[in-house]
Amino acid sequence: MHALVEPWRLGFMQRALLELVLLGVVGGVLGCWVVLYELSYSAESLAHALFPGLVVAALLGVPLVLGGAVGVVVAAVAVVIFGRTPEIGRDTSVAVVITTLFGLGVVLGLSPSSPPGLNELLFGDLLGVSTADLVVAAVLGSVVLATLLLLHRQLLVVGFDRGSARAFGARPLLVDLVLLGLIAAAVIIGVQALGNLLVVAVIVGPAATARLLARRMVPMMALAAGCAVAAGLIGLYLSYYADLAGGASVAGVLVLGYLVALAVRGGALLRLG
Amino acid sequence: MSAPLLVVDDLAAGYGGAPVLEGVSFTLDPGERIGVLGPNGGGKSTLFRTLLGELEPAAGSFTAAGGFGYVPQTERSRLDYPVSALDVALMGTLSHLPWWKRPGRGGRTAALAALARVGLEGRAGTQFGELSGGQRQRVFVARALVQDAPVLLLDEPFTGVDQPSAELLELLLGELAGEGRGILIATHDVDQVRAWDSVLCLNRRQIAFGPPESTLDRHVLEQTYGGSIVAIPGADGAPLGILPAHHHHHEDED
Repeated sequence: MHALVEPWRLGFMQRALLELVLLGVVGGVLGCWVVLYELSYSAESLAHALFPGLVVAALLGVPLVLGGAVGVVVAAVAVVIFGRTPEIGRDTSVAVVITTLFGLGVVLGLSPSSPPGLNELLFGDLLGVSTADLVVAAVLGSVVLATLLLLHRQLLVVGFDRGSARAFGARPLLVDLVLLGLIAAAVIIGVQALGNLLVVAVIVGPAATARLLARRMVPMMALAAGCAVAAGLIGLYLSYYADLAGGASVAGVLVLGYLVALAVRGGALLRLG
Repeated sequence: MSAPLLVVDDLAAGYGGAPVLEGVSFTLDPGERIGVLGPNGGGKSTLFRTLLGELEPAAGSFTAAGGFGYVPQTERSRLDYPVSALDVALMGTLSHLPWWKRPGRGGRTAALAALARVGLEGRAGTQFGELSGGQRQRVFVARALVQDAPVLLLDEPFTGVDQPSAELLELLLGELAGEGRGILIATHDVDQVRAWDSVLCLNRRQIAFGPPESTLDRHVLEQTYGGSIVAIPGADGAPLGILPAHHHHHEDED
C-alpha cells in the first residue's frame, strides 16, 4: 500500500499525474474521431510539422500555442503549394514538407547555441510539468472538449457517410478543418509532457483500443479516456520505480493495452465461432 | 390541384467539365411517385446530388417547395461505425436544429416513431452494422422520415434488399404518397416502375417523362439503355417484361 501512495507525496509527480489525466481525457475523446476519420497518420504528420513553430516560440519566449498555430498554417500552405506542382504530387509533397519542417525544428532546437531545455519539446519532460503548464493544458483542453461537444452531431454524420452528409445538414469541410485544429491543440497540450515524438500515442492509442471493445460512440469515448488515464498512471509508476523515461513508459503501456484488447476481442471472436 | 412540390426546368449538371446530365424538365406533384430509370452512369445520382445542393446546376434551374428527405445507397455506409439504428435515425434531426444543439425528447420520439413505422421498433438499440441489408435500408428510410420533408429522394432503395423489406418499403412509399409527399425513386427495375405514377428516363439526358404505361415503349427503353434490351414476350403477345441487357452492378454510379 505504501508503495502505491509514496510517489504521490511528491509535487512533481502530482503535477505529472494531473497533466496525464488532462491529456488522457482530451486525447482519448478526440482520438475517437481521429481513428474513425482515419486521420491517425495525418495527426502524426501534423505533430511533426508544427514542431519548428514550437521551437521558435520557445526561443522567442512567446506562448507555445501561438508557435504551434503558426507552424500548422505554414505546414498547410507548404503542402498545398508543393502538392500543386505536378512533378512532385500530393503524397510526396506531404512527406517532403513534414520531414523538412521537422528537420528544421530539430536543427533549431538542438543546436549548441540554443538554450538548454528545448529538447524537451522533442522527448517531453513529464516530471518537469509546471503549474503554468497545467493551467494552459486545462484551458486548452476545455476548449477542445467543448468544441467536440458542440460539433458532436456534425462529426457523427460526416464520419458515417461523407458523401451524403450535406444532404443531412452537415458541413464536411468545416468539420475536417475544425478536427485538424483540435488535433493541433491536443498536440500543444501534450508536447510538454510526452514530447513531439510521442504525443500522438495518447491520441491514437487509447481510441484504437476502445474501438476494438466499444460499440457505441459515447462508451467508446469514455473507454478511450479511461485507457489513456490508466496508461498515464501505470506509466508514472513504471517511471518512478523502474527509473524509465516518463513519456516512453506511458506510450509503452498504451501499446500493451491495445495488444491486450486485441487478444480479448480475438478470443471473443474465436468463441463465437 | 395543389401546387407542385418540385419543378425542374431544363436542368443540366456535371462535375466541372461537360455536363453528364442535360435537358431535365419535369414536375413532381403532392402524392406523386416518380420512378427515375436509367443505366449506371445515366445521371440518376447526379440529378439527386444537384437537387440536394451538392452540385451547382450547369444550366437551367429547379424550384422546390421545401427541403428533401434523402435515402442514399446503403453500400456507401460504414458498417464498423459505433452507432445504433436509433443514432442513425436521429441524424435526420440535424437539419431541423441549430448545429450545436442536441435532439431533445421530441427528436427521440420522432426517431423512435420513424423506426416503428419501418418495422424496426425492436431494433432501435442494435448496432447499425449488425442489421441485415434490408433493415439498414429501412433505417435510412426512417432517417429520411425524421427529416420530415415534403419531397423524398430514394437512391436505388431496393438494391440488395430482402423480399420482406422490399414489400414493406413498397407499402410505405404508397402510404407516404397518400400523405401528400412527393417521392423520387431511382431504380434499375423497369417492371417496378410500372406500379408508380410517372417515370423519368435518363441516359445522360432526359429521354422521356410521363405515365409509365404510355411512356415505357420499346423505343424509349432502347434509348434509355443504349439500344441493348431484351424483351420477354408474354402469352398474349404483349411483352411480359423488358430487361436491360447490360450487367447489373450497383457500385458508384458517377
